[in-house]
Amino acid sequence: MSSISVSRGRPAAHRRTPGAWAVLAALAVLAVVMLLPFVIITFNAFKTPAEYSGHGPLSVPKGFYLQGIKDFWERVDFGAKLVNSLFISVSVAVLAVILSVLNSYAIGIGRIKGRVWILVLFLLANTMPQEVLVYPLYFLAKKVGLYDTRLSVIIIFTAIQTAFGTYLMSSVLSTFPREILEAARMDGAGRFRILWRVVVPISRPTLGVLFVFFFIWTWNEFFLPMVFLISNENQTVPVALGVLQGQKMMDATMTSASALLGIIPAVVFFLIFQRTLTRGITVGAVK
Amino acid sequence: MTQTLSAPPAKAVHKPARRPRGGLSYAVYLIPSTVLFIGVILVPFVMNLGFSLTRWDGIGSPQWAGLDNYTKLLSDGAFWSSFGHNVALVIAMAIVPLVIGLILASVLFDVIAKRFGARTTAVLRACIYLPQVLPFAVAGIVWAWILAPDNGALNAVLKAVGLKSLQEDWLGDPKLALYTVMGVLVWVQIGFPLVVFMAGLQRVDPSLYEAADIDGASWWRKFWYITIPQIRPEIYVVLLTCTVAAIKSFDKVFILTRGGPGGATNVPAYYSYQNFFEKTQVGYGAAIATVLTLIIVVVMAVLISRQNKAEEADR
Repeated sequence: MSSISVSRGRPAAHRRTPGAWAVLAALAVLAVVMLLPFVIITFNAFKTPAEYSGHGPLSVPKGFYLQGIKDFWERVDFGAKLVNSLFISVSVAVLAVILSVLNSYAIGIGRIKGRVWILVLFLLANTMPQEVLVYPLYFLAKKVGLYDTRLSVIIIFTAIQTAFGTYLMSSVLSTFPREILEAARMDGAGRFRILWRVVVPISRPTLGVLFVFFFIWTWNEFFLPMVFLISNENQTVPVALGVLQGQKMMDATMTSASALLGIIPAVVFFLIFQRTLTRGITVGAVK
Repeated sequence: MTQTLSAPPAKAVHKPARRPRGGLSYAVYLIPSTVLFIGVILVPFVMNLGFSLTRWDGIGSPQWAGLDNYTKLLSDGAFWSSFGHNVALVIAMAIVPLVIGLILASVLFDVIAKRFGARTTAVLRACIYLPQVLPFAVAGIVWAWILAPDNGALNAVLKAVGLKSLQEDWLGDPKLALYTVMGVLVWVQIGFPLVVFMAGLQRVDPSLYEAADIDGASWWRKFWYITIPQIRPEIYVVLLTCTVAAIKSFDKVFILTRGGPGGATNVPAYYSYQNFFEKTQVGYGAAIATVLTLIIVVVMAVLISRQNKAEEADR
């Protein structure tokens, strides 16, 4: 706020009344409560087991004890889990964006016959619980030798994410300016050329949002990767953490270390993608 | 979201009547996805339906059982109670976050953004949204550890402030476990409605609020008569997506409680998983999954038709 506007006085709705400060304080408390679990985890990830048992979970760590994190990293080969998660999530995001564009080009711009029903089918596919597909997929994957491969998970999630992407992109492309398409047609561009040279570049912001969504959703998936990726070298980060959690083999500081290692990539993506995400949620909400 | 189903105008005016010579029909662009969907969604779905009519341990050959699995389901207390827990999860993941999110969004938008600036607002919003970006596997580990009966952080806090009598086995006590899970889910979920509603509030015409201010309307009246009707589309989107997500919950239950103690937090998704992979009653698991799908489709159809009716009434 510039000093000029302050000296003139704020309009009634913009004044920082005691009530407004109280609201701010209440929200600040809420924000702290939301962050508290992260703080506690971070504290304990850096404690020695002795310090933990001596002072309990709430004390501030006396130093940066990195052994717990190191031990956990080596024990589960966390680097390999990160690579698996990245590889699967990026592949799914790229493939699903491509397929979503192809589908929505036919539905939103081509306005092919029966498009409403096609969209309903995609929507149904997207809302189906994975449990209704899991056993047959497990059975089929074993038959064709794809069980316990990262490829199996990539194929399945490409289909699931494409269902949502087609739904969103079709509505976006159905409002695509017709004049631009007409102009490209006049210049003698074929359908594929129009898609590749006109539609894709103009829709790039929405496609970016879709990519981010697909990436994060796939990264966070747990159920199907848990069923399909049983061997250690294929597991993703959430699966490795979730399975270990059930085994109760870890002491408290190592549990915190594992949680911290799970939190870090998510927070990094959050910071990288925050702008795109906020914009994307708007896109998803309004249309 | 759902308006889009009817969005592409049905009028023939825009039909691409003049196809470029030699151009293929637009339908070819659907071929790759069609193949993929037949293999990954359609065939497995039909197979699951077939499995649900059999008795099968997953190894030998399935025995035809007709509708036996479904009749067994009707009298299976464990299934009905798991379905009841699903209702609790809908309250925790859709209803409560929706209400809290609405109030938070309009307070942040009305009070904080206007009086304390966009930066403060963005920071508060980010803090509340943060749990949404975590894989639940990770959030679940954090909470399982905080809520642990001995040495857990929550019980340590209670001890530190002299409320030792309030210490509980939060996730291990059958009477408490479901409420504890609900509490964790509220923490996970409120960021989502908040962000969607704040985005929605940005497109509300400010002159509506100005007119209400001139008439001397209170904050609650403005909230009730302007904010809520204006962002109704967003409210429906949040309600629909969160309700469906709650009914589908698997990882939350798997990581926090494994459905326990004694089935006190079991849900249909996890119950079907148990039957598939732990009890190797594939036919019964398939029947549970089929019923779960049916429930989701019905809930969605009801919510969407409600929304369409509300929109018609507006016009």
